[in-house]
Amino acid sequence: MTDEARSAVGDYKVGWHDPENATIRFDFGLSEQVVRDISALKNEPEWMTEIRVKAFHHFENRPMPTWGNMHLLEEIDFDKVCYYLRSSDATEKNWDDVPEDIRNTFDRLGIPEAEQKWLSGVTAQYESEAVYHSIREDLEEQGVIFLDMDSGLREYEGIVKEYFGSVIPYTDNKFSALNTAVWSGGSFIYVPSGVHVEMPVQAYFRINAKNMGQFERTLIIADEGSSIHYVEGCTAPTYSTDSLHSAVVELIALPGAHIRYSTVQNWSNNVYNLVTKRGVAYDNATIEWVDGNIGSKLTMKYPAVILKGEGAHAEVISVAYSGEGQHQDAGAKIHHLASNTTSKILSKSISKDGGRGSYRGMVTVSPKAENCKVNVVCDALLLDEDSRSDTYPTMEVGNSGARCEHEASVSKVSDDQLFYLMSRGHTEEEALALIVNGFFEPFTRELPMEYAVELNQLMALEMEGSIG
Amino acid sequence: MNLFRTLIEKRIWEAGIDKLGIKGQFGGEAMGEVALLEINGLRTSIDDTDILHGINLKIMPGEIHAVMGRNGSGKSTTANVLMGHPDYEVTDGTIYLDGKDLLEMEAHERARSGIFLSFQYPQAVPGLQVGNFLRRSVAAVRGEEAAKGAEFRSTLKEGMNRLGLDRSFLSRYVNDGFSGGEKKRFEILQMMLLKPRLAILDETDSGLDIDGIRTVAEGIDAAIRGTTSGALIITHYNRILEHVKPDYVHVLINGRIVKSGGPELASELEERGYDWLEGDAE
Repeated sequence: MTDEARSAVGDYKVGWHDPENATIRFDFGLSEQVVRDISALKNEPEWMTEIRVKAFHHFENRPMPTWGNMHLLEEIDFDKVCYYLRSSDATEKNWDDVPEDIRNTFDRLGIPEAEQKWLSGVTAQYESEAVYHSIREDLEEQGVIFLDMDSGLREYEGIVKEYFGSVIPYTDNKFSALNTAVWSGGSFIYVPSGVHVEMPVQAYFRINAKNMGQFERTLIIADEGSSIHYVEGCTAPTYSTDSLHSAVVELIALPGAHIRYSTVQNWSNNVYNLVTKRGVAYDNATIEWVDGNIGSKLTMKYPAVILKGEGAHAEVISVAYSGEGQHQDAGAKIHHLASNTTSKILSKSISKDGGRGSYRGMVTVSPKAENCKVNVVCDALLLDEDSRSDTYPTMEVGNSGARCEHEASVSKVSDDQLFYLMSRGHTEEEALALIVNGFFEPFTRELPMEYAVELNQLMALEMEGSIG
Repeated sequence: MNLFRTLIEKRIWEAGIDKLGIKGQFGGEAMGEVALLEINGLRTSIDDTDILHGINLKIMPGEIHAVMGRNGSGKSTTANVLMGHPDYEVTDGTIYLDGKDLLEMEAHERARSGIFLSFQYPQAVPGLQVGNFLRRSVAAVRGEEAAKGAEFRSTLKEGMNRLGLDRSFLSRYVNDGFSGGEKKRFEILQMMLLKPRLAILDETDSGLDIDGIRTVAEGIDAAIRGTTSGALIITHYNRILEHVKPDYVHVLINGRIVKSGGPELASELEERGYDWLEGDAE
């Protein structure tokens, strides 16, 4: 820990929420001491410190995954990662340092300048604080707890202690161990029994800089018969000088509850995005992951649902777009542990300029789970000869009464399709964008309108300059 | 000015003054008017195989021409070359639309200049909704304003009524899972909205039953008759021509127009087939 950081620890007691006062940045690299320092800096309870330390040792001893894009995984240098960056650092970045192509993309997506700066991590968007507070007040009236994870731990330690790591233990994989050791930021949400949050909860992430982090940790608990739609991320490119992002998201849908978690992420192409997302659905509960992955160097993400209670339902709808030098290794995992559970997976990937899209999916049906239904569809669209698509589906069905369907397709954009659209006045690039956006439509229509519009615009931008 | 020209054209036509032989192979040039479409000495090939061996054709504003021929005679090639399909290489000749050099333009520029092709095999674009596609295409071809106004909505409604397309059609995906008849009706609907200078209809009658042909023929009539636009109907049957009476009929054999005439030529072909013209193709 640097002296600068040490002095800031003193500041912390005065006011964590004063972003201008201090800068805390740990040196690069990770050790038990760094983990303990992060916990101390946040003034965490002892049990959390201990989980962090255990997770750190597990991370150290756990080998890299021996599947997926091992070549790219081996390139990660954990000593070059800064594991804790107080969010106020973001305000010290300079707008001029943001690469021009990303700034241009913001402009062309029609995102206002203030929001551009916030999204690129240059500034916190104070103008929107009022919006954020009014959303929070509405939720508070309904008894919904909606905090950043650090505050959640401080104010609702009992609930956090009960559920933290209950769906994704630190022993789950190397990156969930890393996240547990050094997590910071993320959201903590509790929806009380019977409460339906009508509006998608989305503004929060777009305006609250605290939640943007390399190792965010999100925990959402929907109590019996409640419902919530949570939206994370943004279609605008998330410019980051940090090369490793490893989040953990845990969802708990208690009997009859409904959680939908929508994500659209567009990382800059130096980023490793290695995320563990999993939910548990109890009796007659539903969990839906709507997951869009654009950009990054390597994404490995397989949103999962454990169908633990009878009659529970899971859906995972995902799209991935891989451009030059990018590998999207994404998919879904569903475990049918109880009878009469149903699941649906729809995965769509587009690869272009030598990009690689992989669908990796696993569905299991336990022997005791009677009368389960599984439907898996994965479609890939290749935009040129250099791009690649792979499908790695696994189904382990232990109960003969299960009804399982799996469909996969790989298609290419044909010259005749392009010519048809061009004959209606569209340039070749516009024609390609119409085809690409059409391909993503089953995903896009699940998004809140403004995200859908932005995603379409973004894909149109991606198609520019793609015609040789 | 165009209206004036059209009136003169109509008078000449009504007075039975055939324009045969004034200029060009067939079809006339009255009063020194600029041709809507003028093809001279067009030769094309695909994958190094020659398909068209010197086509000459002139269409004046307001005229409907038919090109007839067997499969493989070069009919669809003519349609695709006019629209600018990148697979066809033009090895010789010129094509002008309203005096503009079409061969200099890509397909989307030709569309914006007023060429429309009703495809023999329209392509499916899953996920692209018909309503959205129509609006965007009208905006691309005729400008943003044309796609916004009440005129767009009323043309759309009228066209759909005429073609017997239900409102729910607008939310379907472009040609995705359409029946043969739906595809052809959708092509005609696009033509009505895009208001082309020259509509090329490639085998639009194939795959349609007799009611479908009548409906589509009425659509073509409504879009072209009484305007300064023109149409080129490509077919190997006489059927559609009974409903849209062409001003001129051309017979294409082995990449050459071997005979041209009035609408009676279509009936003659129906009776006698193409064999009697084979010799002319050599």
